[in-house]
Amino acid sequence: MLNTTPALEFKSSTFFAPILILYTNDLAAIEQTLHEKINLAPEFFKDSPLIIDLRELNKQNQDLDFTQIIQLLRRVSFFPVGIRGGNESQNKQARALFIPIDTVREQGSSIIIGESQKQEAAQQPAAQPETVTIKEPSIRPVPIPPVAATATLVTQPIRSGQRIYAAGDLIILSQVSAGAEIMAEGNIHVYNTLRGRALAGVHGNTAARIFCFDLQAELISIAGDYKTSEDLNKQTYNHPVQIYLQNHALIIKEIA
Amino acid sequence: MARIIVVTSGKGGVGKTTTSAAIAMGLAKKGHKTAVIDFDVGLRNLDLILGCERRVVYDFINVINGEASLNQALIRDKNCNLLYILPASQTRDKDALTQEGVGKVLDELSKDFEYIVCDSPAGIEKGANLALYFADDAFVVTNPEISSVRDSDRMLGILSSKSRRAERNEEPIKEYLLLTRYDADRVKLGEMLSLEDVQEILSLELLGIIPESKSVLSASNAGMPVILDEKSEAGQAYADVVARYLGEKLPHRFIDGKQGFLRRLFGGRK
Repeated sequence: MLNTTPALEFKSSTFFAPILILYTNDLAAIEQTLHEKINLAPEFFKDSPLIIDLRELNKQNQDLDFTQIIQLLRRVSFFPVGIRGGNESQNKQARALFIPIDTVREQGSSIIIGESQKQEAAQQPAAQPETVTIKEPSIRPVPIPPVAATATLVTQPIRSGQRIYAAGDLIILSQVSAGAEIMAEGNIHVYNTLRGRALAGVHGNTAARIFCFDLQAELISIAGDYKTSEDLNKQTYNHPVQIYLQNHALIIKEIA
Repeated sequence: MARIIVVTSGKGGVGKTTTSAAIAMGLAKKGHKTAVIDFDVGLRNLDLILGCERRVVYDFINVINGEASLNQALIRDKNCNLLYILPASQTRDKDALTQEGVGKVLDELSKDFEYIVCDSPAGIEKGANLALYFADDAFVVTNPEISSVRDSDRMLGILSSKSRRAERNEEPIKEYLLLTRYDADRVKLGEMLSLEDVQEILSLELLGIIPESKSVLSASNAGMPVILDEKSEAGQAYADVVARYLGEKLPHRFIDGKQGFLRRLFGGRK
């Protein structure tokens, strides 16, 4: 029998990875701060892919031995998968270490929206990806200001085949049809029947919740944990519910 | 300025062309000068339903390409002198349609006509998208079955986002539901979706229910829009649709079906 299965295929996909922004070339200080951060959430950082951002460092004209920083990161169980904002010699070193180089793009351009280009969501800046900052130990760490992602309000029905993406919370007053897909980095509120797919906390916010008046969804997901309609409990089907994550389990609870 | 109506559905075989022919004829019969355009380039059907297939010389694509004038291509209906048909080309495909060309033809028709009915092809590709792009009103033709309802829902999403009105941020296209091939007996038996089932998903303004009727097929074969068959239920239902569209308040008929003689005698099937 002939084997007609192809050996491989290419597909396009998007992944999220933390970005490590360096503010100093002091390797000892970097290592110490990294250990502190990792101790806060060892599971989160363990074997995590990482992109190294050298723009700040190069702005200050601080030179960095790229090979050494890679060795350091690997030692503390990160997997550096990219560099951006590096100078010529840093890029050269990265290439020698088989680390891809990303050319710096403008931020706030990642608007994902289906056919409804006129939705308010299109005007929203996209939230910044998860970032880890390393500062000089002598200077108090300044937290990155949170991106002001306001709620997106949609009043017309979301029909089959439409996709809505909100950088913050997503509030929908009309029905969401089967075959539609609504996604939010924050919470999702549907003050009507939810028949399509609803994905809250798409950037990994495990505290995000989904609220809806009438649960008939094809799929619900919070921070990547999902359930399909087949797994939905009959008792909550067709009821007003809230959905949240508890110990990596999706809890669907009726709102009385 | 003419009012542009698109008759659309997503799914094929639900009755778009039958509906286009019927409502175009209905509007013309009510005294409004109406043009009906077949957008199904390559699968020309409207001329058959309207019984003018032997008078087609030039078509929509010829007009778009400037090979014929609009007056040369428009065919006046033999039953009503206020109805004109712009047939599709049978030898071309949908790629021959351009947004610019369609816009130009519609602009020119708008000067002279009160209503322009665009008979959309099935699918969500170029032909269907261009048929709805310039529309003011949409008649969404749906059969009472789940795949047709789903496709109509998809079409409604496209209507609200890919039309000229949506692109220009104007008042959205007015969407109406037309439930066709409705068989009240099968609804009662649970074999077909009921009006409520369909409306739960689509929630649209209902323009009318067209009952499943043998007269539709015989009218099509005879090349006469079913609305001219005033004795048939489907013909009456289309007449109601046109009247409601023009603002008349009429109660909806054909939801419950008629009580047959045997049914009355034996108290119906269980």
